[in-house]
Amino acid sequence: MSELTRARPATSANRTVNPRALPRTHRQSGRVRGIVGYVMLCLVALLFVSPLIYMVATSLKPSADVFTTPPTLWGSSIEWGNYVQAFTYLPFARFILNGVFVAAAGTAINVAVAVLSGYAFSRLRWRGRNAVFILFLATLMIPQDVLVIPMYVMMQGFGWVDTFQALIIPWAFTALGAFLVRQFFLTVPQELDDAARVDGAGAIRTFFSVMLPLARPTMAVLAVFSFISYWNSFLWPLVVVNDVEARGTIPLGLQQFFGQQGSEWNLVMAASVISMLPTVILLVLLQKHLVKGIVTSGLGGR
Amino acid sequence: MTTIQDPPAEAAVPAAAQAVATGTATPRRKGGDAPGVVGRRSWWGAAFAAPHSIGLVVFTAFPIIASLVVSFMNWPMLGERSWAGLANYERLFTDPIFRTVTFNTVVFVVLYVPLNLIVSLGLAAWLTPKIKHRHVFRVLFFIPTVTPIVANVVVWRMLYQPGGAIDATLQSTVGVNAPNFLADDKWAMLAVVAMSVWQGFGYNMLIFSAALDSVPENQLEAAQLDGAGAWQMFWRIKFPLISPSIFFATMMTLITSFQVFVQPFVLTKGGPGTATETLVQYIYNTGFQTQQLGLASAGAWVLFVIILGITAVQFLGQKRWVHYE
Repeated sequence: MSELTRARPATSANRTVNPRALPRTHRQSGRVRGIVGYVMLCLVALLFVSPLIYMVATSLKPSADVFTTPPTLWGSSIEWGNYVQAFTYLPFARFILNGVFVAAAGTAINVAVAVLSGYAFSRLRWRGRNAVFILFLATLMIPQDVLVIPMYVMMQGFGWVDTFQALIIPWAFTALGAFLVRQFFLTVPQELDDAARVDGAGAIRTFFSVMLPLARPTMAVLAVFSFISYWNSFLWPLVVVNDVEARGTIPLGLQQFFGQQGSEWNLVMAASVISMLPTVILLVLLQKHLVKGIVTSGLGGR
Repeated sequence: MTTIQDPPAEAAVPAAAQAVATGTATPRRKGGDAPGVVGRRSWWGAAFAAPHSIGLVVFTAFPIIASLVVSFMNWPMLGERSWAGLANYERLFTDPIFRTVTFNTVVFVVLYVPLNLIVSLGLAAWLTPKIKHRHVFRVLFFIPTVTPIVANVVVWRMLYQPGGAIDATLQSTVGVNAPNFLADDKWAMLAVVAMSVWQGFGYNMLIFSAALDSVPENQLEAAQLDGAGAWQMFWRIKFPLISPSIFFATMMTLITSFQVFVQPFVLTKGGPGTATETLVQYIYNTGFQTQQLGLASAGAWVLFVIILGITAVQFLGQKRWVHYE
């Protein structure tokens, strides 16, 4: 039997076992089971996303229809105005701008330093490289939440409490990016460096004109991880920002909005939807690259 | 798919873990050095790594060491600082609230980590490459991990609310009131755990899914022809082959779950009473509500040592069930 399946791998549509080799009834019950399984999977997925559906539906309800028994998905009317109200009650546009600014600036620094160090760890030989690399590894063991107190003390020392640089700079040097970039550069053939050197390119030219363009997809993945973790970060902004209306980011604004509008669930849900949109869009557009990045680094944005 | 051709040990064990295993930054290459440029290259390498290294030293290595010093001091947010010796640690270990939050954190971890792993592994095994529109399911299950956790928590708060979706559904179908999940200390922690599993299993699901994809087809075929059922195939063949990924995911999940903060903080504020208050919330409260940064640093170091200890135990225990190629 095993020789049979091996003899005609091209005709075997089903990769695990050739269905034609099985008796007929077995095949049919297999198909029925497949359909039942698929329907069950869809139900599980539906149950899983139901909180999100509920969130979107509630965000469009008039406030009188939010709590009803039995629960209904849609209210008596669709209230797009909830979104307008969410934007005007607290400066949500400002939170979004702040969030984008902080995340973009932090991401830019993170990608820039990581692509340089990842390159140095993978393709350059230098004294002390392994020692520095072990330092990088060691910092991965330190949980960020443990750093919050000493980091705050440091920000006091710098006079950075309640500033944008305090939101951006402390977390721009996480080691994750170096590993992602290093992992990529290890796959680039040595012949490329050699060819560049034969052409007379120095370290800087080799890096900028040969290596950097190759690393663009990896940098994009790293950028998205970095952006998402800045965008969603909560504890640090909570600690370091005093004037939320001026320097608050989305999660902070959302929490404050929730604190003040806790009873206006339709508005709170509208604000939540707004906060989720950017990263959901990134996820849908870039899913393939993100999956690859998570799988190769194992760490992405945790 | 071309990137995931390596055996599972490589495919899903991250760059960092591999580097630990080899102990060096790069594999040695033969003939990689051009004569005469060693000196120059040596300089360039350090220069390339410098910005990142300096940033890490200033913003990670220095603060963690500084916080050890601060943990031995009276360090109010404003005002006089003084040496305190072990007083902060003594206070922590005699503080009944610190004991409660440590216990709560452990309860959370003990419930959350196995649930997260079971759900993520189960779904990863279910979402085989044969499943139609598999990427759509993956994206769906992954949404909560990339969206602001505060937003996710707020939604769940509404679900758990008396009169909220769960309560209203129960009332209109079975005719009974749901428990007041967030105000009842028998339910509050379970509610936090359920929400956290929903929110957080996406990463592990992707890692397991990729590892399962790289299990060699011929091994599965051979087992199937020997009459192994799906259950046996999973435990006898797939599980050992993906055990490095499971080990890695378990470790990461343990480390992050000890730091649970946002879910209880926004769902219950740690309540009712202190029923869901966790270590990180305790650190936050002592640091920024009662403004004793020395005591908070001591708490942070206790958490850090717990995490290091767990990691060490995991590493020592892995021999018994993790199979590297």
